[in-house]
Amino acid sequence: MAVTTTNILEERATSISSKQRKGISCEKESVSGAVSQRACVYCGARVVLNPITDAYHIVHGPIGCASYTWDIRGSLSSGSELYRNSYSTDLRETDIVFGGAVKLTAAIDELMEKANPAPKLIFIYATCIVGVIGDDVDAVCRAAEAKYGIRVIPVKAPGFSGTKSLGYQMACNAILEVMRPHREQKKRFGINILGDYNLAGEMWIIKRYFEDLGIPVISTITGDASYESLTQAPSATLNIVQCAGSSAYLAECMDEELGIPYVKVSFFGVEDTSASIIRVADALYAAGACDDGIPARAREFAAAQTAKVMPVIEKYKPRLAGKKAAIFVGGGFKAISLIRQFNELGIKTVVVGTQTGKKDEYAVIESLVDGDTIVLDDANPAELEQFMLEKGADILVGGVKERPLAYKLGVAFCDHNHERRHPLAGFAGIENFIKEINMSINSPVWQYLGKEAAV
Amino acid sequence: MLDLTTSNVMERTALRVNPCKTCQPVGAMYAALGVANCMPHSHGSQGCCSYHRTVLSRHFKEPAVASSSSFTEGASVFGGRSNINTAVKNVFDMYDPDIIAVHTTCLSETIGDDLTSYIMDMDLPEGKTVVHCNTPSYVGSHINGFFNMMMGFMNYLTKKTGTPNGKAAIFPGWVNPGDIRELKRIATLMGVPYVMFPDQSGVLDAPMTGKYEYFTGGGTTLPEIASLGDTEQLIALGEITSGEPAELLQKKWKVPHTLLPMPVGIAYTDAYVMALQKFSKKEVPEELEEQRGQLVDLLLDSHPYTHGKKAAIFGDPDVVIGLTSLCLELGIVPKYVITGTPKDEFTRRVNALLEKYNVEGCTVKANADLFELHQWIKNEPVELLIGSTYGKQIAKAEDIPFIRAGFPVLDRYAGPLMPVVGYAGAIRMVEKICDALMDRQDRDAADEDLEIVM
Repeated sequence: MAVTTTNILEERATSISSKQRKGISCEKESVSGAVSQRACVYCGARVVLNPITDAYHIVHGPIGCASYTWDIRGSLSSGSELYRNSYSTDLRETDIVFGGAVKLTAAIDELMEKANPAPKLIFIYATCIVGVIGDDVDAVCRAAEAKYGIRVIPVKAPGFSGTKSLGYQMACNAILEVMRPHREQKKRFGINILGDYNLAGEMWIIKRYFEDLGIPVISTITGDASYESLTQAPSATLNIVQCAGSSAYLAECMDEELGIPYVKVSFFGVEDTSASIIRVADALYAAGACDDGIPARAREFAAAQTAKVMPVIEKYKPRLAGKKAAIFVGGGFKAISLIRQFNELGIKTVVVGTQTGKKDEYAVIESLVDGDTIVLDDANPAELEQFMLEKGADILVGGVKERPLAYKLGVAFCDHNHERRHPLAGFAGIENFIKEINMSINSPVWQYLGKEAAV
Repeated sequence: MLDLTTSNVMERTALRVNPCKTCQPVGAMYAALGVANCMPHSHGSQGCCSYHRTVLSRHFKEPAVASSSSFTEGASVFGGRSNINTAVKNVFDMYDPDIIAVHTTCLSETIGDDLTSYIMDMDLPEGKTVVHCNTPSYVGSHINGFFNMMMGFMNYLTKKTGTPNGKAAIFPGWVNPGDIRELKRIATLMGVPYVMFPDQSGVLDAPMTGKYEYFTGGGTTLPEIASLGDTEQLIALGEITSGEPAELLQKKWKVPHTLLPMPVGIAYTDAYVMALQKFSKKEVPEELEEQRGQLVDLLLDSHPYTHGKKAAIFGDPDVVIGLTSLCLELGIVPKYVITGTPKDEFTRRVNALLEKYNVEGCTVKANADLFELHQWIKNEPVELLIGSTYGKQIAKAEDIPFIRAGFPVLDRYAGPLMPVVGYAGAIRMVEKICDALMDRQDRDAADEDLEIVM
């Protein structure tokens, strides 16, 4: 079925902005019946906490929510691989009738008796029906903590209770819960990296930059995190926030409760990566945490790395300049970085959408793109299709559900989500990103798209 | 270091570790995608629909379109009636399917939404249909969801005009589009006019055309589903997946059925061919005879490399039963055979197979999980692992050759286009099995033992 402007749902009209209509409506529930690309509260909580490598993540509910989130994120670990297993209470009909709390307690007991290595930290995710059937998950967790002397933290994330963003918040609260008993620590010179999930090892790239500059990284949240490292987070001087969508809230709370200020950063693209490294160094200097050597070194480092990566950009630019990009990602901050990155390559962003973008982020987006660029909140495939075709996009940057859509439309694709093939962050990531974009846009496969193959 | 499993087998009653199943709604969604111009609709929170679409997309490498009622806090208190009403209106307005196939979720089941009455009260546009089925996530597995959706369609749509239509109905069970194409090819070769229900071929294996369509034109059509009541005979494949829908068609419209295992391997494919022959009363054509002969020839040629090898097979009940049968035909010992779906019938059927081949010392279990399987393998290893992508970690930890089959396969391409069923599917699987075993032999061979001719 061909989609025309007329079958954009009326309720959705204010979630779409172009030059005729500035100011987008966002941060609201999806419309019933739309084929939305959005997930739920549980999903938000789960993706943020899952990379905590040595935690036991027990999903309390029917089996689906555990199945669909079993080892789905390419978050890498330098230590435990525990988080790559799936634990759940697999609730059955009798549990729905008589309540699932008994089974949850039994599941924790079984884990404590038999699991190897012995649990230090357990997260209990309560899914949609747990509240409805009246399980007191808080009480079960409290009892387990008292019985075993370990941390058992409830994450009450029924899918219907809001958007994915609310799930991020719940995850952040759970992380705070891990830190709280360790709040009285002496501060030391060093940073925490928030909102980086170490997909394809990206966090390690960023971490190495700071360590090379003489800035210790104390805790990483949550990519490659462990219980031990999370408990040390309160001692940091500064938090840096990569994925603001999921972690700005945590940064706010840590600022308030633990007295750790934060800066927002983005390590996607030359401009944002350089600026972010310098911003962190300057913030540490401004806080009196280091001498002026570090800001100076940060500038030298950024300049040297930029000089190294520019030839790569120059090499590929002729093949990419003039192409048009569509962006559909989770958070607004990432979209902003991607627009800048495409600008560096001479690629114009013609459609940009996010699942959970905030008002201020959409304002930045609209300042970066041309007046005729389409900006969408919580887009669905129909809208993505319509605007990609209308605007003649050559490549779509998105996640798993958008990949087949792009291919079916004959549009190139780059996964900038859980399934990214290579690290896309930092200076090394710039090269990978350009190569991926080039590989997909300039793949020989496109010549076979027509009825007969080009000879 | 993915190997956290210890050999000390851990008895569990409450904790599920590394499941070998998922929940009902995704099965319902997959079944509904096999109906032409149909929008599968998930009546629950948005995450359910998103997860199901994601896993289907990851398996088929195709778009999987479905809509959601997008439950909010309010719906969970006051019920989902207004959500489904809004959703149905929006879906018809915007995507214009012929039919919306609603399935429930754990949430809408628990709060007690009565879809039958909601749908009855709907004011639908001319010529449009809404059907539903109940798919409580806490009962059975995704396999139940699949057959419940089939029965949902049948309850709403099937009729009996009184005039038999001269066709056979074929229920393929939960298989890939490549399997359905093979089942159809065989039925056509056997000269049997049929209605295949459901039919995801042409939907989830649709070709690249440069045009994106929600509804590809593939799938069982609504008149075809309606005509199931007029078919003369039903051939239902996959005893566990297709059993209940077959019973329903018999009870509702007195259509007699032959319930067969998923036709994997020689014996089970023979059974399918014989059932078709019983219907058409025609000779088995040379083309099929020839292919069967090739398969037997292949088994004979390769048996020194397969005979006596020990395998672990896991996945959905019907495909596992089929693969177990094929393994036994190859002389492979199916040391561990498990499914995550809680069905005692599974163990009965597999044990009957083992008895038929006089094979002892195997462990068969339904309602099992992969952690358990891994522990058994630690205690007594196998030489081959067959199942979904989730076997990957076990295969790597234990260094076992691994063949992907069943659902979901998230980490390889082309699988859904190819058959496992039929003689062609068996030839393909034998090639995979031999490749896996013989590649391993080559890899492990000392330089002086590496053989050019095998």
